[in-house]
Amino acid sequence: MEDNIVSLKNITKRFKVGEGEFTALKDINLEFKRGEFSGFVGPSGSGKTTLLNIIGSLDSPTEGRAMVLGKDIAKLTHKESAQLRNKHIGFVFQVFNLLPVYTVYENVEFALLLQDYSKAERKKMVMEALEWVGLTDLADKKPDKISGGEGQRVAIARAMVKRPELVIADEPTANLDAANAHVILKMMKKLNKELNTTFLFSTHDEKVMKYLNRTIHLKDGAVEDDVLTNSEKSNA
Amino acid sequence: MKLAFQLAYKNLIGAGLRTWLNVAVLSFAFVVIIFFNGLMDGWNQQAKQDTVAWEYGNGQLLNNDYDPFDPFTLQDGHSEILANAENLTPILIQQGSIYPDGRMLSVLLKGIGSSQNIIQIPTGAFKDSQAEIPAIIGKRMAESAKLKKGDEVLLRWRDKNGTFDAANLTIIEVFDNNVSTVDNGQIWLPIEILWNMTGLQNHATIFIANNNYSPIPIEGWHFKSQQELLKNLYEIIAMKKISASILYLLLLAIALLAIFDTQVLSIFRRQKEIGTYISLGMTRKQVVRIFTIEGSMYSLLAMLVGCIYGIPLFIYLATTGIGMPQATQEMGISLAERIFPVFGIQLIIGTILLVTISATIVSYLPAKKIAKMDPVAALKGKLQ
Repeated sequence: MEDNIVSLKNITKRFKVGEGEFTALKDINLEFKRGEFSGFVGPSGSGKTTLLNIIGSLDSPTEGRAMVLGKDIAKLTHKESAQLRNKHIGFVFQVFNLLPVYTVYENVEFALLLQDYSKAERKKMVMEALEWVGLTDLADKKPDKISGGEGQRVAIARAMVKRPELVIADEPTANLDAANAHVILKMMKKLNKELNTTFLFSTHDEKVMKYLNRTIHLKDGAVEDDVLTNSEKSNA
Repeated sequence: MKLAFQLAYKNLIGAGLRTWLNVAVLSFAFVVIIFFNGLMDGWNQQAKQDTVAWEYGNGQLLNNDYDPFDPFTLQDGHSEILANAENLTPILIQQGSIYPDGRMLSVLLKGIGSSQNIIQIPTGAFKDSQAEIPAIIGKRMAESAKLKKGDEVLLRWRDKNGTFDAANLTIIEVFDNNVSTVDNGQIWLPIEILWNMTGLQNHATIFIANNNYSPIPIEGWHFKSQQELLKNLYEIIAMKKISASILYLLLLAIALLAIFDTQVLSIFRRQKEIGTYISLGMTRKQVVRIFTIEGSMYSLLAMLVGCIYGIPLFIYLATTGIGMPQATQEMGISLAERIFPVFGIQLIIGTILLVTISATIVSYLPAKKIAKMDPVAALKGKLQ
């Protein structure tokens, strides 16, 4: 059990819609080990992003218990969940969400500014992260001066620079062409192996699915199937 | 906090023209507020100095029967000069009429010693004059009566028994000053001559004290200190300040509205950015702080921009002064032809604090909504 980085027990999430309620997640029970490269697959509205948001402590379940890195998400204060995200969780978004007024270097450095690193330490870590994604020569560019593929690589560097234990990637290839998608996924896979970082994806992209070690199919907010691929075993 | 300032600064500079438009409006508000207050302070200081120098001295000792606001008290509001009138200049005030060009003008006749040096009325001119009734008038009186130095004009007055008498007086000096209350409708005569004309030998209506005078209770007389005498002037200046403040508060309100509007729009348009900040590990409070500091930094940038054109402008105005039109100089209070604004450190720091605090408040009001923002909805840019 100690090796479990995420443990979801009977997770249900309901949203108010007008007078009524919409159930986005129904009784989800899942566990993820450290170093997994797993993904939630399913059509739009199946609950993939909602589940990732709960794991990423951006949201909390209506019912059930979500334990992430030993913390009960529902019981965290705003400050505690912010610290969890800042120190242990990296995010990669579909539309990259780079901060437009900052350079590539500053975007990657941002997460470190909230921690107690010296300027020299930050520089070393940022340059190392940019090396991982092969963007050291674009460090001084603003996000509007780089391509979509490069933008997503910056987002990966930003997510990885603090060496998080968990990276949550919500449709990371949805805005990329096939070639760039493969580059990004190879890069993430490499970081997963080298740094033993756990990656959790949400996707309905076939290209992404090929890279996953474990694919969890969601439908109407419930787990439909939990499949191990590439000879790796699941705890689910 | 340092990080919040760094991020806020980057966001502001990165916002480009939107930032500089707000900064321009706010810097204009800065400069106008300081200018108006400086003008008022300069006027206040000049009016106070001139009124003390030309009229009040270090205070006045008034006859108990004399009320400066009631001309009917002039008839009886005088008594014999005090035995010990050291450090005091006696002035006898009586009513009279002059007839320049056949017109009748009511005037106050003020008798004053030729050797006095407490107020700046050029009474020394009496000593050199050979005229039977030498008179000194101010430039406003000269203009309204169309009199000039060397002119003779018929004067009519009552003596102590109420009998009318008349004689020609000679204008021996026309003095230029900013204090209309020693000028308009007034004729200054040697007190000895006024005593002879009215039969009120050794009488005075008021005394003007010099700096060495220490007030002591004297029967039949009461002392009004310089501060008491200046009270009316201060009230007029305060009223002027209030009416001027309406203008600059309106200007400040427009500038603050621009900041408020920008902040509301900014928070709406930058939802994804706010969601990203939170997902990267910022607390909502930290994000609120960044947006609030962004708003208050408008005022800091405005201060810097204001300095660029404000400081040379203020130095120029404080050196050359601002010309006042003739009409405003006849308002009844001291007003120089040129007013030299005073831009004191207290005024500048006060204005900086006023604008910075106001800008911070109007930035915080919309920014505090971030504290209740759902980060997931913010990341999707779905908040309305």
